[in-house]
Amino acid sequence: MTSSTFSFFKAASRWSKNHKFFLTSFGVLAGGGSSIIYALEQSIHASNDAAHVAKQKWNHNGWFDTLDHASVRRGWEVYKNVCAACHSVEYLAYRELVGVCLTENEAKAEAAEQMIEDGPDETGAMFKRPGKLSDLIPKPYPNEEAARYANNGAYPPDLTYITQARIDGENYIFSLLTGYMDPPAGVVLAENQHFNPYFPGGAIGMAQALYDEIIEYEDGTPATQSQCAKDVVTFLKWCAEPEHDTRKLFAMKAFTILGVLNLVVWYLHRHYWSVMKTRKIFQSPKSLFKK
Amino acid sequence: MSIVNVLYKTVLKRPSRFFVVVAVTSLFFERTVDIGIESLYDRINRGKQWKDISSKYE
Ligand code: HEC
Repeated sequence: MTSSTFSFFKAASRWSKNHKFFLTSFGVLAGGGSSIIYALEQSIHASNDAAHVAKQKWNHNGWFDTLDHASVRRGWEVYKNVCAACHSVEYLAYRELVGVCLTENEAKAEAAEQMIEDGPDETGAMFKRPGKLSDLIPKPYPNEEAARYANNGAYPPDLTYITQARIDGENYIFSLLTGYMDPPAGVVLAENQHFNPYFPGGAIGMAQALYDEIIEYEDGTPATQSQCAKDVVTFLKWCAEPEHDTRKLFAMKAFTILGVLNLVVWYLHRHYWSVMKTRKIFQSPKSLFKK
Repeated sequence: MSIVNVLYKTVLKRPSRFFVVVAVTSLFFERTVDIGIESLYDRINRGKQWKDISSKYE
């Protein structure tokens, strides 16, 4: 049996013109589309004057690695004691911290320390009451104008989804928090601006927030600047992707089940083709694909 | 008689048996995969999840 007698498999030679045209255009469009997306993505990096951020070895980087919840807990301490003075995490509620980095009682106690505006009561007035688990984390400023006014016109963005909202989120924020330096000669900063090579443009409205020993960790971890930055970024990563751990567990299950299904498909494939591959006589149906 | 033939005769040939076998094996398959994967996942991530450290704070 030569390959020419096997003409049944040279399917493309029997396709109609339209069929070929359709497949060719589809290929060209798909290939062209991906090249354009790739090219655009590259130019974003090239046009940025910011320093390239280092890739850190986050211990949740692997396909099946959960977040380090001790680090999330320390990160919450850092957020609460440092970042919360300027940045909100306005989509996060106290109850969501339970079972992630706080016990229920701890979360209740922390919520109760905050006075939350509620109401109206029966006289129509708003009143303050201690926070409950269902309350959102209070914001440092009531609105964007107040935030800008307090920060010389710069707006401290909400941090809930910040790791998703920046290219290379975790690495970028880590570099940003630890990357402050004196401006190089020739760079002129406006008043209340600070130099950070990782921030596009270099002049950032946020002063360096993290220093060694800026807080004391309750678990005794030495609170160096990079430790605080790592922990707060891990916390923000959880904040932006609270489903992170479950997602990876499900990935593992999905791969396992798909692996088993793959075996079934492989067997079926052999089964169906065994008829074809063991036969001695071949027909060559001319009219199979063409009218 | 190959294993496939046995399988065919005992299980696949009659839809009534086939459906019972599908229901029962999927039950056990699901539990096995769930328990197996979860314990593997907990082993890979030992010490990192909240349930590993929560006892320190309660
Ligand atoms: C003194 C107030 C203040 C504190 C404290 C502070 N920030 Fe900021 N932050 C700002 C301001 C203001 C900006 C806006 C900067 C700008 O746009 O020039 C900002 C911007 C940011 C940005 C966005 C940068 C970007 O790419 O746009 C991130 C991320 C950030 N802060 C994280 C943090 C973290 C994490 C902490 C806690 C460790 C923190 N900040 C503490 C005031 C603060």
